Amino acid sequence: MTIAVDARGAGQPSPALRAKRRRQRLTVLAFLTPWLLGVAIFFIYPLIDTVYLSFTRYDLLSPPKWIGLTNYRFMFTKDPQVVQAAYNTLWLVVILVTARVLFGLAVATLVTRLKSGLGLFRTVFYLPALVPPVAGVLAFVFLFNPATGPVNQILGALGLPQPLWFNDPSLSKPSLVMLGLWGVGDLMIIFLASLLDVPKEQYEAAALDGVNPWQRFRYVTLPNISPVLMFAAITGVIAALQYFTEAVVAASVASGQATTGGGNAALLGYPEGSTLTYAQWLYVMGFKNYYLGYASALAVVMFAVSLGVTLILLRRARSLVYGAEGTR
Amino acid sequence: MSIIRGRRRVLAIAAAAAGLALVATGCSSGSTDAGPAAISSAPAKLTGTVTFWHFFTDREAAAIQTAVDKFQAANPGVKVEVKKGQDDEKTIQAIASGQPIDVVLSYSTDQIGKFCSTGAWRDLSDYVKRDGVNLDQIPTVVRDYTQFEGKRCSMPMLSDTYGLYYNKKLLAEAGYSAPPKTMSEFSAMAEKLTKLDGNGAIQVAGFVPTFGFYENAPAHFAPSFGATWFNADGTSNIGSDPAWASMFTWQKKLVDFYGYDKLTRFTAGLGQEFSADNAFEKGKVAMMIDGEYRNAFIKAEAPNLEYGTAPFPTDDAKPDLYGAGYVTGNVIGIGRGSQNPEAAWALVKYLSTDTDSVVSVANGIKNVPTTTPALTSPALEKDANYQTFLDVFANANSTTTPTTASGKAYQDTLGTFAQNWQAGKVPDLAAGLKTVDQQINDQLALGSAP
Repeated sequence: MTIAVDARGAGQPSPALRAKRRRQRLTVLAFLTPWLLGVAIFFIYPLIDTVYLSFTRYDLLSPPKWIGLTNYRFMFTKDPQVVQAAYNTLWLVVILVTARVLFGLAVATLVTRLKSGLGLFRTVFYLPALVPPVAGVLAFVFLFNPATGPVNQILGALGLPQPLWFNDPSLSKPSLVMLGLWGVGDLMIIFLASLLDVPKEQYEAAALDGVNPWQRFRYVTLPNISPVLMFAAITGVIAALQYFTEAVVAASVASGQATTGGGNAALLGYPEGSTLTYAQWLYVMGFKNYYLGYASALAVVMFAVSLGVTLILLRRARSLVYGAEGTR
Repeated sequence: MSIIRGRRRVLAIAAAAAGLALVATGCSSGSTDAGPAAISSAPAKLTGTVTFWHFFTDREAAAIQTAVDKFQAANPGVKVEVKKGQDDEKTIQAIASGQPIDVVLSYSTDQIGKFCSTGAWRDLSDYVKRDGVNLDQIPTVVRDYTQFEGKRCSMPMLSDTYGLYYNKKLLAEAGYSAPPKTMSEFSAMAEKLTKLDGNGAIQVAGFVPTFGFYENAPAHFAPSFGATWFNADGTSNIGSDPAWASMFTWQKKLVDFYGYDKLTRFTAGLGQEFSADNAFEKGKVAMMIDGEYRNAFIKAEAPNLEYGTAPFPTDDAKPDLYGAGYVTGNVIGIGRGSQNPEAAWALVKYLSTDTDSVVSVANGIKNVPTTTPALTSPALEKDANYQTFLDVFANANSTTTPTTASGKAYQDTLGTFAQNWQAGKVPDLAAGLKTVDQQINDQLALGSAP
C-alpha cells in the first residue's frame, strides 16, 4: 500500500478514489441539471442573445443585421428621451428606495413597540402589499384626482392648496413615492422579523451601560438588522431600475387615455415626460416602435448598471454588515 | 494535468458560448419569406380552418362576427376561428414567433410599412390580379395607405375619418346657429362657450385644446392646416413647413386663454374617452375633434344628446381646405405563416370588397366604408351627422399620416414636443420644430442603419 502510494507520488488519489469522486461529481451534476438548464435557457441564452442583438438592426419581423456600435452611438449622442428616462429612473432609485427603506423601518419599529393589537396593525400595514400593482395605482390616482379626488376635496375644505398630483410634472414622481410608501408592507414585514430577532440580552447590557435611545438604535439595533437593510436596499435598487407598471398605469389613467388601441403619443411619461422611466422607454422602443436592436442596447446598459450598483452595494455591505465571519 | 484540464474547461466554455451565440442568432432571425405565390386559378371549393385575429371588442366585435358568420354560410367548407381583442403588439409578436395566423386586422395604418417591407403580411398582388379585384373602387388615399412602396400587402376594411362634433344646445345658448369654419371663428366660439364657476375653475369648456386629450393629436389637426410630414427625400419637413408653426401657435393661444393648469385640473376630472362618461357626451365639452365612430357611441351611451357634426375648421389662410380632414383606417391582410392562404384571401376579399359585407359592418360600427359601391349603397344607413364624415372622406384634400418602415415613431417624437410646447417649456417654436426634424431624421436613420 505504501509502495503504491509512493509510486504515484504524494497526494495522488488512487484510481478507486478518483472513480468515486467522478461518480460523486456526476451525481451532483445530475441533481444540478434542472437548475443548470433553467439558467442556461432563461438567463445565459437571453443574455447572450440580447448582447448580440444590441449590435444589430432588428425589427422583430426581419432578420437582424449587424450594424456595430450604431445603437450605442444613438443612445449616448442622439436620443433625447433616454436622458429624461435615465434621470427619472435615477430619481426613483435614490428617493423611492431611500424613502421606502426608512419608512418601512419606522413602521416596523413602531409595530414592535405596540403593547396590544400587534397582529391587527401588522396586518393593516401589510395588506396594501397584497394589492395588485395596477389596482393600487388606479385607486391612488382616483384618490389624488385633482378635480374629483377625496384628498383634494378634504384639502379644499380645510382651505389648503389642492395640488395636481399625478398631473403635475413636479409632483408626479413624489406621488409615485407615496404610492410606494403605501405598499411598504413587504419591507415592513422583513424588518419586523429582523427587529424581533435582535437578542434581548444586548438591549439589557446596553441599558446597564446607560445608553440613550439613539445610541441603543445605533449600536445595538442597526448592526443586528444591517444585513436585512442591505438586502432591502439591493433589491429595492434593482426594482427601481426596472420601475415600469406603476409609472405606465399612473400616466395612462391621469391623462384620461386608459384605452387599448393605437394610443396617443402625448401619453409617454405623462405629464411632460416626468414619469417616463428607463424600462418604459426600452419597452416603447422595442415593442411599440420595433427598434429591437436599440432596445437590446438599452437592456445591456441597464444590466451593466444594475450589476455595477449591486457589486458596489455588496462591497460596501462587507464593511457595514456584521457578516457570518463576525469580522467587524 | 491541471493546466490541461483548465484549458479544456476554457475551451468547453468558449465552445458553449459560441454555440449559444449561434443558437441565439439563429433563433432571433426573423424571416422575410412571404410565403408561396397565389396559385394560377382560385380553387372551386374552399375548405379548412382560417384563424382571424382582430382588435375589436364588445359591440364592435359582434358586428365583425356577423360578417364572419355570413362568410361561413357562403363557404360551408371553411371554419373561421376568430380571436378578438388582439392589438398590433400581439399580432406582430405572434407572427414573428411563427404562429400560423391566417387573417390579421390592424387598427392603424402606421405599421403598414413594416408589414409590407418585412413580408410579415403576404403580398396580395397576385391574388388581386388573379381574381380581377377592381382597386379603382377604392379611393386614392385609401389605396395609398394600404400599400408600401408599391407592395400591396393589405386591403382596407373601413376607415376612420375625423371631424368636428358640437353640442347644439350649448351653441344655441351662446347665440350660435352654425359650427365654425375657420380657426379664428373656432377659437372665438370656444372662448364664448366656456363657462367658469365663481372661483374661475372651468365648468364647461368650449373646446379642450391640450394635446393628449381624447383625440387631440398633431396628426389629426394637420389636414386643417395643410401640414406635411416629409420632404421628397424622406427627411422630416416639420421644421420647414410653416403650417406646423401655424397649428402650434393657434393651439397654444387657446391653451393660454384657459391657462394650462386650469385645463389640466379640468381634464383630470373628466371621464375616460371610451366610456359613457365621455365629456362631450356629458355636455362638459361643447366642441371636440373625433372620428365618425363617435356617432355610434353617442347613440348607445347618450341618445338624447343634441349634437351636430361638421368638417373641422381650417387655418384662416387656407379656407379652401374646409371639408377635408384626417383619414386613417383598418387594414386587413394575410400573415406570412398562414396555413390556408386561399381561404384566408377569400375572407380578406369578402370583408374588404363585398359590398353587402362592407355596408353591414359599416352600419354596425358606424365606420366609413372604403369602396365606392359601399359608399353609394342605398343600404348604407346614414343621417346628417354620419354624412359629414362620408363627405370628409371623399374630399380630395383629406390626408393621412405617411407610412414609414419605422412605423409611427416620428409621430411620437412630435407628440413629445407637443407636450412640452403646450406646457410653455419651448421658448422658440421655430428652433424647437427644427430640433424635432433632427430627432426624427436620426430615428429614421437608426431604423435603416446600413
